[in-house]
Amino acid sequence: MAEQTTSGGHLSAVLSPEDEAGQQRFDAIIEQDSRIEPRDWMPEAYRKSLTRQMSQHAHSEIIGMQPEANWITRAPSLKRKSILIAKVQDEAGHGLYLYSSTETLGTDRDTLNDQLMSGRAKYSSIFNYPARTWADMGAIGWLVDGAAIANQVPLCRASYGPYGRAMVRICKEESFHQRQGFEILLELANGTEAQKKMAQDAIDRFYAPALMMFGPSDNDSPNSKQSMAWNVKRFSNDDLRQRFVGMIAEQVKVLGLTLPDPELRYDEETGQWIHMELDWDEFNRVIKGGGPCNSQRMARRREAHEEGAWVREAASAYARKQQMKEQVA
Amino acid sequence: MSAPSSQTTDHSLDSFGDATASATRVTPGNALRPEDIALQDTAPATEAIAQYALRLGDDALVYSQRMAHWVSRAPELEEDIALGNITLDQLGHARSFLTYAGKKWDKTEDDLAYWREEEEFTSVHLVEQPNGDFAETIVRALFLGIYQHMVYTRLLESSDETLSAIAAKALKEVDYHLEHAELWTLRLGSGTEESARRMRRALEKLWPYVDELFQDEPLHDELEGIAPRPSTLREEWTARLTEILERAELSVPEVPFAMAYGRRGEHSEHLGYILAEMQVLARKHPGATW
Ligand SMILES: [Fe+2]
Ligand SMILES: [Fe+2]
Repeated sequence: MAEQTTSGGHLSAVLSPEDEAGQQRFDAIIEQDSRIEPRDWMPEAYRKSLTRQMSQHAHSEIIGMQPEANWITRAPSLKRKSILIAKVQDEAGHGLYLYSSTETLGTDRDTLNDQLMSGRAKYSSIFNYPARTWADMGAIGWLVDGAAIANQVPLCRASYGPYGRAMVRICKEESFHQRQGFEILLELANGTEAQKKMAQDAIDRFYAPALMMFGPSDNDSPNSKQSMAWNVKRFSNDDLRQRFVGMIAEQVKVLGLTLPDPELRYDEETGQWIHMELDWDEFNRVIKGGGPCNSQRMARRREAHEEGAWVREAASAYARKQQMKEQVA
Repeated sequence: MSAPSSQTTDHSLDSFGDATASATRVTPGNALRPEDIALQDTAPATEAIAQYALRLGDDALVYSQRMAHWVSRAPELEEDIALGNITLDQLGHARSFLTYAGKKWDKTEDDLAYWREEEEFTSVHLVEQPNGDFAETIVRALFLGIYQHMVYTRLLESSDETLSAIAAKALKEVDYHLEHAELWTLRLGSGTEESARRMRRALEKLWPYVDELFQDEPLHDELEGIAPRPSTLREEWTARLTEILERAELSVPEVPFAMAYGRRGEHSEHLGYILAEMQVLARKHPGATW
């Protein structure tokens, strides 16, 4: 979607005096790297851009529950089952928390949900890949939650207050998610031949999609520049990606497994990690709905929502009746 | 390539944070964990106590396995969290009871969950029933919630210290499960015409499996002072249920009880599928740890 890329919010040529004062205050807050709160004046473009980013994030938490929920009933030990349920439940909590934060920008949850159901809103494309084996629970935790953390830690300082605070809380739990994923892989890596193979296979499948979670190179993204100017985004996609690669390149050694990247190396000169070319055609295809599981994920979400309609109606009918009773009493 | 030792990498993993942190847990955490019970010296003193713990464990395990299916499919996001909580709590109770029971036979919770055959399970038919629609899930939660609440309350006075400790922790959580079931019973019972109709249908569908909850077994003769006789719970259970149903503009249905003997290994047709799914991966890799 095309977005205003010049300095924040000069959408119309003529600003009212209130808007002008607001814009000045807003610019000053950004300049001081301090926080915009819901009641503060903000440029429409800022509001719109954050609403989009935060709701996409919320949708990703919700859709992201599905591939992991897929393994709860088959988890191979009761302890793992318990940890996995807790994790998936955390993601629901993240979604809820992020929807509430997004609502402070003026769009309600039902509207955001409609945008997801109708396919107008996006969610992280990683969740359109299937979780085929138990080892995928490990790879998802380690790589997918891991990439999410790398992305989100800088967002804890995002200029929009409610978003930054949501990120602080969420990052704490994501750390636990990454840890349990790593532990799953570690256990498999030290297990039988079959288990070890399962672990390697999961890493092989999730490595590239996880790297693509950081998004295409910023050179191709006008949104990135604006987002940085607004102190929402702090580092470029490529920079976050190479840092993440560096981290997992070390951690994979603990597992005694490998990353499927023959080009992976640390470049002393630039202090950067170099990785293989990523298949952005595949990325775009998945984003547009052509991933292995897009249709399945959306169908499940819609089904749950539609089948729950009578329940939600009953709850509000009951609440109305209670209210009437209280008024009479 | 910079190469920190595995030690450092491990530390960086430690810094990821507290493994018990969760924003969504609304019920008590780690008071008495199955891991603690596994470490205790005390095994159940008698076979009857072990068998009794096995029954409570199997009910909670199969119920949790059923409830797990709701995760990511609930009518609203708040319910996803609530139902997930119940699933997780029940699994926790199952793990504690199974761990304790297993100590009598030198078996772990996983030995009992993954490597017993269907006829060795002792769950009641009620927990084996499919989730159905949300109304069925709520009616079952209400039946079971009142029952578990009563059983665990009685176990607080058990002369078996481990049973009473597990029950004490479970009770705080079941308290919440029951509150949740009760609230939804009221909402659905006196919500819309459709929700009331679905609740009546759910009550009729599940009522047949109520009787089994209150059947005494020879086992209970040996549990004087340790565990309540199921038959002694029936009256209060029925009174509590009737009271809630009345408030929800519902009533106890008039349908016959089913012949159900899960306690002696004669299960519903559903359990085979439930176990097949639960055990498939573990059984594919005998001897593996996870
Ligand atoms: Fe999350
Ligand atoms: Fe996560």
